[in-house]
Amino acid sequence: MSENAIELHKIGKQYHIGSKQSGHKSLQDLVTDALVTPFRRAGKLLRGRATGAADLDQTFWAVRDVSLEVKHGEIVGLVGRNGAGKSTLLKILSRITEPTEGYGEIYGRVGSLLEVGTGFHPELTGRENVFLNGAILGMRKAEIEHKFDEIVAFAEIDKFIDTPVKHYSSGMYVRLAFAVAAHLEPEILLVDEVLSVGDAAFQKKCLGKMSEVSRAGRTVVFISHNMAAVENLCNKGILLEEGRVTFSGAMRQAVDRYLQGVSRPASSSRSHIVDLRETAGRPPNCPPLLRRLELFTDKGSPVNGDLRMGSPLKAYIYFELPEPTSSLGACLGFDSLFGQRIFTAHSLFEPQNVWGERHGEQVFVCEIPSLTLVPGEYKIKVALDIQNAERDFVEDAARLTILESDYYGTGRVPWNGLVVLRHQWQLCAAQETMAYAPEGKNV
Amino acid sequence: MAWKSGAKVMRTEEETQYPMASTSSGLPGTAIPLIRIQEARAWPALKLNELWDFRELIYFLIWRDIKVRYKQTVLGASWAIIQPLFTMLLFSLFFGRLAKVPSDGIPYPLFSFCGLVPWSYFSNALTQASNSLVGNSSLIKKVYFPRLAIPVGKVLSALVDFGLALVLLLGMTFYYHLHPSFRLLWLPLFLLLAMATALGASFWLSALNVRIRDVEQALPFLTQIWLFATPIAYPSSLLSQPWRTLYGINPMVGVVEGFRWALLGAKTTPGPMLAVSCLVAAAMLVSGAFWFRRLEKTFADVL
Repeated sequence: MSENAIELHKIGKQYHIGSKQSGHKSLQDLVTDALVTPFRRAGKLLRGRATGAADLDQTFWAVRDVSLEVKHGEIVGLVGRNGAGKSTLLKILSRITEPTEGYGEIYGRVGSLLEVGTGFHPELTGRENVFLNGAILGMRKAEIEHKFDEIVAFAEIDKFIDTPVKHYSSGMYVRLAFAVAAHLEPEILLVDEVLSVGDAAFQKKCLGKMSEVSRAGRTVVFISHNMAAVENLCNKGILLEEGRVTFSGAMRQAVDRYLQGVSRPASSSRSHIVDLRETAGRPPNCPPLLRRLELFTDKGSPVNGDLRMGSPLKAYIYFELPEPTSSLGACLGFDSLFGQRIFTAHSLFEPQNVWGERHGEQVFVCEIPSLTLVPGEYKIKVALDIQNAERDFVEDAARLTILESDYYGTGRVPWNGLVVLRHQWQLCAAQETMAYAPEGKNV
Repeated sequence: MAWKSGAKVMRTEEETQYPMASTSSGLPGTAIPLIRIQEARAWPALKLNELWDFRELIYFLIWRDIKVRYKQTVLGASWAIIQPLFTMLLFSLFFGRLAKVPSDGIPYPLFSFCGLVPWSYFSNALTQASNSLVGNSSLIKKVYFPRLAIPVGKVLSALVDFGLALVLLLGMTFYYHLHPSFRLLWLPLFLLLAMATALGASFWLSALNVRIRDVEQALPFLTQIWLFATPIAYPSSLLSQPWRTLYGINPMVGVVEGFRWALLGAKTTPGPMLAVSCLVAAAMLVSGAFWFRRLEKTFADVL
């Protein structure tokens, strides 16, 4: 058996698209078209050319030059914008459609889940639909019978299993449909954006089921726009852009690359000096008081966007005070690309924050001895407070890429969560831990 | 990095155990298959073995059709009988009584009903199967399975209605004191011929319907013409010899004449006409299957 579950070599898929309609047509045009086009189309068909609703001269490549290898047991996340070719690629993998060029090999049975509840019939009962849908997804009747109780329990609809599904709420419908799919046991599972349905609790359950699937050693190719889900589940990421693979590697990096492409503003800079006077991340009515942001790490070496996890960070925030004031503060916010605030550094948190009256150009210097964010890309927000009001701020003033490092000194890269924190572990026999308990409780 | 690779090792250990578990789950084919993804040849192989692997899916598609067909109808499965029965009454009135069409010495109602029963089967199967791909487009766009399963399932599920009508037909032969002979044993052959014809025609039409939806519009018209081109309201004995054999080019001629011969003991043995019918049906079936497979690769893109 080959080491790879999926191998693709220069796969391409070309679609025919109709030429653009030239504006509105008059009634007369419509009538002549209706009379003439059937003959034109019939002629084309006889000459062996494809025909459809419109002239099919224009073509486009939904997927092109895609070569990849997926090993057995890998959970691959396929990310990319809408129309990047993710679904087309999944359809090719599941043999729903054929590639126009290139070839691929798949070792193992393939189960594809491109839609929740494919083939569900509203008139049939839940029980009947479980069997029908299971058969459509490739399960044997005996297998469905064997897992039936499990499926119903997973979907949490035992009471309604003999009710036609047309009477189901949409939530029940989706739960039942996913429950069937979740009990599919092929070696290779292809999943397209099915977690976007259902309520939060059920989504969580589905994610749990998915990671269970991955632990069982099955190969999964998974499309989702839920970056947190993809990052959580997948150990390999593939980024598709305009039908081509532009990145293949660690999931986290694939997500970062994708999010960079989606949200990176044109003005953002990778230099250690960021001009804050004319950046895009400032609200329109804000007079630009912030001038410049400079980032350094240990021994004064500049940070050009990359910083190793746990390294010190020294930020210089240059700003201007229009009138003399003694009530002022500055803030540095570290946001993930999902927009989640991970950490806020504020001059108010400085115990000796009595600055005296200031005026004109000033610099706040913020020193973080060890920036313990996990590897990934972060947005830095800079803000200036005067008289306890935020007078100026710049969202996404700079991007900081935290690189992997051996933070704990163990030779292992910490991987989960948002931050790393110094911590200790001990292993004691249960009796000894009793001895550590507060004295008063021991009587 | 070291820890991550450690996790990998654990995973591969589980993986080696996995194939054992998968064989017990009993998916089609127990050995790990190799699937090639490639643009198919212009005329792909039929892959009937794959169709056989998916027989349970065909079974469930048939089962769904039957379950759904008469749900929420008042008369339910009796529709299977009403349709040919009323056509028979109309035919008996207009062709039998008024136009005095000959019926080979068989009572006209029985004569026409014996033609209408296989005919209703054929026309229902053809109509449903020809529209089946368009009707199951969501399935075709989202799941892989041999597409032939869809029209095959429809042609098979129409057999249920046929069975009900056949019971009525047998009842009628008793009512008219016609006792069945051993010729009845030939009946399955004629049924097979009807199925082959319906399959062949619907392979052609259903695949064409994906591309050109005019098929759907033309279908009622086509079945109506085909009805009158088949000796249901009249006997084929109206034609003299070389033409009578040639008439078998319409395979339904062989079916209807065969039914009359097997059930009613009509004197005209189908013989050479039946041979022609079988040949034509076989040709339709094989060519239709290949044509279907040729167009199959575009279904998911066009639907």
